[in-house]
Amino acid sequence: MMGGYGDVKLLKDDGSRLDGRKVDEMRPVSIQAGVLPAADGSAMVTHGLNVAVAAVYGPMEAHPRKIQRQDRAVIDVRYNMAPFSTSDRIRPGFNRRSREISKVTAESLESVVLVERYPRSKIRVEIEILAAEAGTRCAGITAASVALADAGIPMRDMIVGVASGKIEDTVVLDLDKAEDNYGQADLPVGILPNTGEIAFLQMDGDLSPEEYELAMEYNFKAANEIHEIMVEALQRRYDGGEA
Amino acid sequence: MSQGQAGAEQRLVTPGMTVGSSAGKRAGSGIIAKENDFIATQLGWLRERNNTVSVDPINAAYMPRSGDLVVAVVAEVRNNLWFMDINGSFQGLLPMSLAPWKVEFGAARQHMDVGNVVLARVQEVDECHNVVLTMKGVGLRRLNQGAVEPVPVQHIDRLRGENNAHLQRLRDVCDARIMVGENGRVWIDASLDGIALARKTIRRLVAEGHMTTFDSILSDIESNKKGDA
Repeated sequence: MMGGYGDVKLLKDDGSRLDGRKVDEMRPVSIQAGVLPAADGSAMVTHGLNVAVAAVYGPMEAHPRKIQRQDRAVIDVRYNMAPFSTSDRIRPGFNRRSREISKVTAESLESVVLVERYPRSKIRVEIEILAAEAGTRCAGITAASVALADAGIPMRDMIVGVASGKIEDTVVLDLDKAEDNYGQADLPVGILPNTGEIAFLQMDGDLSPEEYELAMEYNFKAANEIHEIMVEALQRRYDGGEA
Repeated sequence: MSQGQAGAEQRLVTPGMTVGSSAGKRAGSGIIAKENDFIATQLGWLRERNNTVSVDPINAAYMPRSGDLVVAVVAEVRNNLWFMDINGSFQGLLPMSLAPWKVEFGAARQHMDVGNVVLARVQEVDECHNVVLTMKGVGLRRLNQGAVEPVPVQHIDRLRGENNAHLQRLRDVCDARIMVGENGRVWIDASLDGIALARKTIRRLVAEGHMTTFDSILSDIESNKKGDA
């Protein structure tokens, strides 16, 4: 898939992308915290045409008992794409891709949540993708981070999910659907904006070391912008009297 | 936790935010020290008191501690014990030996059934979060009347006030018997109007607690009541 399709033109002659963005420009992002009143914490992230909703429940007693850890909490993540999230109906239920993304997200969140505070417990994170247009794992992890903060779960930092990639031998930030499908590489990353650490990194396709450096530069820049929107969303909920 | 708040000028912090230098200060709850800085680990209001920097969390789970007074709900009944929902991560266990009655083996359900509400005390919490409750003690009993109002645990201290001053004023203004459980549940027993007024006041505290003091909310309710009379 990521070998590139030579006949698909993804960059215009003036160097801009098909949707008019510059190479280092992100799709519009908006975040709302506390969207689900029944959950302990929740958030909705709209990233371009992606819509991700995350709900957090817990900490609660971990069931079944075999998943309990005596010295820490486990984070149970379920990532799911709604059947109506894309033009081709998605068959409901777990599949290979959703299992992979759930696992990657859980391991990323475990690296920031102070899990040692809650032995034998479970923190349940449900991520539902209501609309998908490339970059759902990043939107999902951003939503999960805000929802965890909203639930009052102690964390070292919040994780921001961002992605860069390569189209027509050009490194671009935040691939849309056409760029993801017909591009040459995709580099989704989970970034801790305050410390600059990386919680997860996946690469699909090939990037040279120089292209990788540029992609990561774009990712860090975007992560800082999204982090500001995350903080604003939480402040708006509690400080601005919106909630 | 939050009693005696000065007023509106508080800073909301989010996890990972650097909240200032750690020089000469101590890290309280919701704060970790990293190199020379303090980092917030929870979403909440930053507070500095007695040289200790801490975060008053906006949401927090109840973590039981030995000696806590809790309003518990019977969740399961076995032959010789009850499992109680204490609004925490784990259920509490009330063995028949720590119940206030003489209970025969197999007759636990005759004394308390699922859904009953009790006032109990946390007897013991071990490192694995096993919680043992007791109902042996002055005032610990089954609550047969009244209503239970949930209150986020971070607001409990604010609701009580210094030396229970706020709680006593609330009791007086609502003409109610009120017991505050550390686990984020408040038991209110009064006339229907009294229960409604107490609930309204508590909900205002939860909604506005970070912007104003409970003292001013109580004064407002008291003056409204006098006006009605």
